[in-house]
Amino acid sequence: MEVVAVSRRRRRHLLEERRFLAAALIAPAVLFVGLLVGAPLILSVYLSLTDATAGSLTGDFVGFRNFTEQWSDPNFRTALRNTIVFTLLANAIIVVGAAILAHYLVRDFRGKWFLRFLILLPWAAPVALSTIGFLWIFDSLFSVVNWVLIHLSLVDEFNPPQWLGEPNKALAAITTVHAWRLLPFATVIMIAGLASIPKEVDDAAKVDGATGLRKLWYVTLPLQLPIATIAVLFGIVFTATDMAVVYILTRGGPFNSTQMLPMWAFQTGIQAGSLGQGAAIALFLLPALAVVTVLMLLFARRVEVT
Amino acid sequence: MPLTRRDKLITYLVVGPFAIVLAFPFYWMLQTSLKSDLDLYNVENVPFGFGDGSPTLDNYRFLFEDTQYARWLLNTVLVALAVVLITLVIAMPAGYALARLSGGWGQTLGVGIFLVYLVPPTLLFLPLSRVIAELGLQDRLASLVVVYPGFTIPFATWLMMGFFKSIPRELEDAALVDGASRLKTLVRIVLPISLPGILTVVIFTFALCVNEFVYAIAFITASDSKVVSTGIYTELIRGDVFYWGALMAATLIPAIPLALLYNTFLDRFIAGFTGGAFR
Repeated sequence: MEVVAVSRRRRRHLLEERRFLAAALIAPAVLFVGLLVGAPLILSVYLSLTDATAGSLTGDFVGFRNFTEQWSDPNFRTALRNTIVFTLLANAIIVVGAAILAHYLVRDFRGKWFLRFLILLPWAAPVALSTIGFLWIFDSLFSVVNWVLIHLSLVDEFNPPQWLGEPNKALAAITTVHAWRLLPFATVIMIAGLASIPKEVDDAAKVDGATGLRKLWYVTLPLQLPIATIAVLFGIVFTATDMAVVYILTRGGPFNSTQMLPMWAFQTGIQAGSLGQGAAIALFLLPALAVVTVLMLLFARRVEVT
Repeated sequence: MPLTRRDKLITYLVVGPFAIVLAFPFYWMLQTSLKSDLDLYNVENVPFGFGDGSPTLDNYRFLFEDTQYARWLLNTVLVALAVVLITLVIAMPAGYALARLSGGWGQTLGVGIFLVYLVPPTLLFLPLSRVIAELGLQDRLASLVVVYPGFTIPFATWLMMGFFKSIPRELEDAALVDGASRLKTLVRIVLPISLPGILTVVIFTFALCVNEFVYAIAFITASDSKVVSTGIYTELIRGDVFYWGALMAATLIPAIPLALLYNTFLDRFIAGFTGGAFR
């Protein structure tokens, strides 16, 4: 009797300590994130409702004027459309490519280490630097892409495509760079998904006579779906919010035809100094991203539970 | 299960082209970085090959002797190391607590922290740039050290949580039963086992810092405080003049070691990822 009471008291004591310890260990992280992400986010909402300009953090309250003004700005419209188109196109390429690549890359074969190294390069290289590499690859005079196309007689030698100088080609170039740089990361996430499929499932599938394509369709793909969702989530967020690639390749040009929301926010808010307008542009992204994120996380969980 | 001959062939036929396409820009950078200007800007020359004074290391020499490249590399490493240190101190305890000590709300908080990682710098740099200016940190590396933990801490906490979850609980319980305090258990038992996980977090946090561009270009305009990703872009492109050879060399130098590290630690990264918030 006494022993039970003592152990219960000790356990309660431990529980108390545990809870306290947990809070103490988590608090610094929450504090940091609150200060560095939460506070600026709130500040950015506040700024978007004022006419603040560079040099001050306050301005007169103007309601939703920044949002309505941007909504009717043709440059903003182009930026919005481009952001959506880039994001969807690049991620379609990424998810299909990564699914195929991951499927083969989990196997063991000779030279895997080296091939994997080559595949990881675009992910490991700082994005601003590798984009400069693409600036050279798409150069107006010395483009290697054009050199190859000319020698295959696919394009006119005297009037080769200007990859970064014509709106549609520039869009294609930017999409290519995004797909290229995010494909390795998506592949790694998919490999993680494949690696987490229990071996028993494989065995069970074999017993049931599911092989090859049937197995891929009925067993592997459904199990891979939750983690593929996570890969797409990362992909969407990283493409929709990236500024480095557009900034370096085209700066939104020619004539704002390749403008993206983050780039437009930067040019309006920092370079032109209209903080309020810039914040409003950046915030247009938030609800869309929040909805996408929540939907995908819910989906990933639901699939996993069933 | 060893692969059949046919499976092996298919694997190479799929993985090979992917590797070639993904690595081609780097091959191209290497080729360009070794060319003399004479060779590079001669339209008659075949770009796949060398001539007119190539291959040469002139571009590399130019980079280290006539630009502040070495300084930018050093700045990058300094910022990244400081941020890694801050991140570890903050994220390791948090990751542990989320994995072990907290109940239902821990799971929610874990997902919450993951969501914070997805809040992009482009949403935050406008207000942050004002805050940095008010603090008088503009043009100083300290501005980056202050701001970067905003995205490294969520990422690292989440990865650490995955690693801690994969350590068998029995090990700690045994130590606790033996009378060790929780904190002592954490330092004596948990930390040594999680060393590989911690190292993985260090590498990927470091890489996140090197990769950052938006804050670095918004906060720092002084030449000798620049980091690699902004310094090269702003100083090796002067108006219409592009120092292509040097630019390509400057890109390759950080990319290769980072990719080697990624490749070495990839399996551990995957383990942390699958052990994380999606379990």
